[in-house]
Amino acid sequence: MTAITSTPAAAPPSFFRRALKQKRFAVGLTVTVLVVLFAIFAPLFAPYGENETAGPPYSSVGVLGTDYLGQDVLSRVMYGGVGILVISVLATALGMVLGILIGVVAAYSGGWWDEVIMRLNDVLLAFPQILLALVVLTAVENPAPWVIILLVGLSHAPRVARVARGVALGIVSRDFVVAAEALGEKRSRVILAEVLPNMTGPLLAEAGLRLTYSIGLVAALGFLGFAADPGAANWGQMMNENRLGLATQPWSVMAPVLMIAIFTIGTNLMADGLAQISQKRAD
Amino acid sequence: MTATAAERQATPSGGLVVEDLEVSLTSRPVDVVDDIDLVLHPGEVVGLVGESGSGKTTVGTSLLGYSRAGALISAGKVLLEGRDVLKLPWKEVRQLRGEEIAYVPQDPASALNPSIRIGKQIVELMELRGIGTSESRRQGARDGLAEVGLPNDDEFLKRYAHQLSGGQVQRVALAMAFLPKPKVLVLDEPTTGLDVTTQKMVLDTMAELCRAYGVSALYVTHDLAVVANIADRVAVMYAGQIVEVGPKETIFAHPSHPYTRALLDSIPHLSQARALRGIPGRTPAPGARPDGCRFNDRCSFAVDECRREAPALRTIAPDHEVRCIRVEEIGVWDINRGTVPDADPDRQRDVILSLEGLNVFYGRKHVVHDVNLDLAKGEVVALVGESGSGKTTISRSVGGLHKDWTGIVNFEGRELAKSARGRGAEDRRRMQYIFQNPYLSLNPRLTVEQIIRRPMELFGLAKGKPATDRVVELMEQVALGPGMLYYEANRLSGGERQRVAIARALAAEPDVMICDEITSALDVSVQGSIVALLEDLRKQRGISMLFVTHNLALVRSIAARVEILQAGRVVESGPVVSVMETPREEYTRKLLANSPSIG
Repeated sequence: MTAITSTPAAAPPSFFRRALKQKRFAVGLTVTVLVVLFAIFAPLFAPYGENETAGPPYSSVGVLGTDYLGQDVLSRVMYGGVGILVISVLATALGMVLGILIGVVAAYSGGWWDEVIMRLNDVLLAFPQILLALVVLTAVENPAPWVIILLVGLSHAPRVARVARGVALGIVSRDFVVAAEALGEKRSRVILAEVLPNMTGPLLAEAGLRLTYSIGLVAALGFLGFAADPGAANWGQMMNENRLGLATQPWSVMAPVLMIAIFTIGTNLMADGLAQISQKRAD
Repeated sequence: MTATAAERQATPSGGLVVEDLEVSLTSRPVDVVDDIDLVLHPGEVVGLVGESGSGKTTVGTSLLGYSRAGALISAGKVLLEGRDVLKLPWKEVRQLRGEEIAYVPQDPASALNPSIRIGKQIVELMELRGIGTSESRRQGARDGLAEVGLPNDDEFLKRYAHQLSGGQVQRVALAMAFLPKPKVLVLDEPTTGLDVTTQKMVLDTMAELCRAYGVSALYVTHDLAVVANIADRVAVMYAGQIVEVGPKETIFAHPSHPYTRALLDSIPHLSQARALRGIPGRTPAPGARPDGCRFNDRCSFAVDECRREAPALRTIAPDHEVRCIRVEEIGVWDINRGTVPDADPDRQRDVILSLEGLNVFYGRKHVVHDVNLDLAKGEVVALVGESGSGKTTISRSVGGLHKDWTGIVNFEGRELAKSARGRGAEDRRRMQYIFQNPYLSLNPRLTVEQIIRRPMELFGLAKGKPATDRVVELMEQVALGPGMLYYEANRLSGGERQRVAIARALAAEPDVMICDEITSALDVSVQGSIVALLEDLRKQRGISMLFVTHNLALVRSIAARVEILQAGRVVESGPVVSVMETPREEYTRKLLANSPSIG
């Protein structure tokens, strides 16, 4: 047997390594990493504090001017990333996990269960995504971050579930799933080991899209005044705070908008690239 | 070469001459096919035979001046009455396609527009070319349908493609191809997926029309038996080249290229059981073909010179050309080589599995009616029938994959539960199911090792290092090298995948294997080696097999008993020899008569 271990088969290059070779993924990953690094480390280099006044409101003091309270916009942008990114990523993760669970279980059970689960899901789908969050948030004063994560995540779940079910339907009828059934594998193992690994491509693309929506949603909630900490810097909230000064001091709105735009483009390119590669692999 | 070229120029008008055709990839300087010389005489059917990856379809479409995306016709001539199809302006090529050279594609269902009525589609052909009046076009459509033996009343003309059977659709496609009275017809595996009876009907129609109108036809196929029944001449392709070409009788009686011989050795005969043999290795892809003779790495006659020098097509007898330098040295071949005695009908039987009064349903539909059969230890029982006869349904019910059935399945005297989940682990282990399509039955995300060792872990037979050792052992048994241990399933070819599926079944150390058309998605040479493997397993381990197939010739070589199914009922059963030599039922006789075979 040593002969076999010493002359291993030409192991295929790892998934990640092949992904890096693809331009789309590499660019997306670079952009995403840069924005994340910026969000994490920029506060250390901020010229002013998060709530420090730098000059009169909407003046051109500093690189990007000041905002409605005279706080330095550049410093606020530097501080305002971590919160929104952490909340969005966690909310996306929660929404994906819940949605995939619902979708795959519905597809795998089939028949009557499938109908019931998916019709209930359709009821939830009928509400605009932000509405569900707003209904709860209006009742809660100063919501904790986890409340926002929970609400955004939950509002994603039915949408992810539809996609996940569609993808899973094409897989649960394949012979290798039937073969696992015939061997008597546990149902949970059939789902985790046989069905899920074959869904990664479309699900990654969906995750990228959902992350984009999460950021938009969290930013929108911030814009509407529902942020975990009203005083803290937050890209979404900054747009709201400074919208009146859009004409006199556009950077106070444009800077956070640009950051969000760059980040979502990055994550989308990354997810797209991953999806393409796993598609190629399946052929 | 010059002599033959001059001879070809003298071919009477009509017919088609292909000279030095070469098709290469656009992305890399790699030939898909090269050095193709072929003549189609008027009224002649030429069979172009090859396994997947040999480039036979590429040659077929080249005759219409067409190459698939990613490939281009880089050299050569396709001469139709002195005109080079490849050099014509594309407007004339468009005119010529369909009108002078017609094409019948492989998949009849996708060849017709599903949203246009049959009559309209045929009429449209003539409208496009501005032939006749609307009345005469309609009459033309009727005549065309009558020629291929289809009804031609208004009701039929108004049908959509989905309202026809597979064979009818294919005959409509034939009618459309013949309608403009083409000079040359290219048929790309037009009967793949059809039942033998329908296949026979389509083939007869085609051959008749070709002879009646003096149309030359190129019949592209992987099925040597079909070629033996309809072709006048046969060209055998391997790895992008024609390796042997000659009259049908010569090719089947005196095959001279080692590849042709190996191919013939892997084909089962209707008249006699054979020990089938496969060809080792796999067909090289374009760009990965060996130097010298392209068959040298799989050839049992190869010498050093074969690896150095690329052989040319040589004429060894009138009209018989072979691409092999050792033709004179490799001796003669006999069709009866490999013949073995039929399974003994009087053998003692020790029944391990029996079905009593099996009725299977799909919802309200009753698809299998009252089937009784049994399987003895170390025996292969074949379930044979055309599509829709319920053969797969029976095997799935026995395997516990379909649970909507009534009746009794006895396994060593114990009654089995309806679904696999309802059965004990021991019962599940001892009965293993192998699927038809190896591209669907292996999880593409798992490695070969993970796939094969899973049953051992699940049934507690082995784990850890002993399990890995056992995986290597099993892979050796199914002729897969240990180098593939960590390959993901999607890196393997169809034949290799099916071997992995067999190894997975063997890992459970079963007593019964249910094989559902396990060779029908594979090339004949791969089928040969899989059948040889199963035969060894049966002899060495005494594994019993329920072998589902539509191929009667294959049954003769592999099974001891056969059950002929029609519309969910067993119409005839018994030892293979007696059923096939002296069939009692009309249906069995019809199946036997329609099965294409070379022996």
